Amino acid sequence: MNRASLIFAALLAVLLPLSLLAGRMWIDPFASYGPANAALILAELRLPRAVLAVVIGAGLGASGAAMQGYLRNPLADPGLFGIAPMAALGAVASFWLGVSWALPVAALAGAGLGMAALALIAGRTASDAQGGAGGGIALFTLAGLMLASLAGALTALAITLAPNPFALSEIVMWLNGALTDRSWREVMIAAPLMGAGIAVLALAARSLDALTLGEEAARSLGVEPGRLLLLLVIGVGLTVGAGVAVAGIIGFVGLVVPHLVRPLTDRLPSSLLLPSALAGACLVLAADSLVRILPLVSELRLGISLSLIGAPFFGWLLVRMRRGRL
Amino acid sequence: MRLAAENLALERGGVPVVAGLSAALEPGTITAIVGPNGAGKSSLLLGLAGLLAPAAGQVTLEGGDLADMPPRARAQAIGYLPQTPDIAWDVAAENLVALGRLPWRDRGTEEIEAALAALDLAALRQRPVSRLSGGERARVLLARVLAGTPRWILADEPLAALDLAHQLGLIAHLKACAGAGQGVVVVLHDLAHAMNHADRVLVLDRGALVADGAPETALAPEVIARVWGVSARWLGEPGARALQTGA
Repeated sequence: MNRASLIFAALLAVLLPLSLLAGRMWIDPFASYGPANAALILAELRLPRAVLAVVIGAGLGASGAAMQGYLRNPLADPGLFGIAPMAALGAVASFWLGVSWALPVAALAGAGLGMAALALIAGRTASDAQGGAGGGIALFTLAGLMLASLAGALTALAITLAPNPFALSEIVMWLNGALTDRSWREVMIAAPLMGAGIAVLALAARSLDALTLGEEAARSLGVEPGRLLLLLVIGVGLTVGAGVAVAGIIGFVGLVVPHLVRPLTDRLPSSLLLPSALAGACLVLAADSLVRILPLVSELRLGISLSLIGAPFFGWLLVRMRRGRL
Repeated sequence: MRLAAENLALERGGVPVVAGLSAALEPGTITAIVGPNGAGKSSLLLGLAGLLAPAAGQVTLEGGDLADMPPRARAQAIGYLPQTPDIAWDVAAENLVALGRLPWRDRGTEEIEAALAALDLAALRQRPVSRLSGGERARVLLARVLAGTPRWILADEPLAALDLAHQLGLIAHLKACAGAGQGVVVVLHDLAHAMNHADRVLVLDRGALVADGAPETALAPEVIARVWGVSARWLGEPGARALQTGA
């Protein structure tokens, strides 16, 4: 465990209990008489929601760190593989078909479809690298973007052709990710997949370090491009797919978090994975607590609030890069 | 441990770049690969490193087909130094050098220290690569290869972008490696460096091996005239030759 991991683990240990107490109805841990249903609120509403925030944030943070390592680019984001839009498309299809109770399964099926498509392309890319055809990682990323725009277009089509206004509003609301009214059921779905995804990404960590030296040098160090790409597709697919399945699309965490963490580490991708997972958990947990206590008529959607934080941060990042400080 | 190309043909994206090339390289020596732009030098080096699969023929290491070797075992035996220093993250010099131990999956503290010492990098070990000069960065990248203690060092134009003093310094390091029994293969642009420092020179032209032997014969003026289309002659004593062109 490096220094950055310790810092964010400590932060998480502070944030988690605070998040349980925060909400429309504050719970005072020292009061002898709390609200009558305080225990119920904690156990059935706030705890699953907080755990889900931690799980999703950890997955997004870790997959963001892995993607930036893989693409050798600080502006990479797990969304670049097009898995989140594919999962969203699956979820939207379930609204469209009127089987929204099966949403997580449909979203996971969408993510799985996206992963299968990417794995097929990955096989080609890897053999091309060995055959010296070039393109490699950049070409693969373009394939992911293609998948993302295809899924995005189909989602837009589903919205415009929504069977009834209720389905339409459900789809639009859901696409702006949120953790409102989530229960232990969602935790049970997301947590194992997220854990498996992060474990797969951890297997890729040292190969990502080798990529610091470029694709050919990495292969000369024994990295197998096909295997690495497959680990990435599975790891990012599981984490992002599971996140979308239970919370909708939550952007920018995967992009922003590795940047916050990188200066605290030796900057190698392997040192970034664990602290990024912890920092991602902190960020989503804090943002979700914040949208809960903001005095607005209806709760601000988590996906929107994170994008509101994320977009200006992205701009600041670009300015910093222009000054050559990254 | 011998590294040999046997009737090797290489393609890049379906385009033939090297054809019918055979050469057995000996460890403990420096072999230079030279040729005009586009002759297939870098592709040949990639092929010898096992990083470009042969379209025909094979590359063997100690008699065994390189294509059949597990990537990790191959990485332990052959170190490859790419041409462009392409470093994605601003890591400290010593962490970059430590990446050379990846094929061994160990900490390799001794080997890393030895590599840092061999290239005189002890004072720079903590410095991020963005704050290294071009010459220092080239030393760090070579140290990364040395840290893996490969039996073969394959370097693609390691002297490009270095000033004269650093060129000579790097050549001295490569000579020391060859002296210690490692095989060294370098792609060189500067024919004078090949003439003065290599034990053997392979001259490539349009993917074919057109001359192979000791520098004095492989880089004879007739070869230079035929391959580069430049009339030239060598001045000076063996080991300190200079090329006079337009003679």
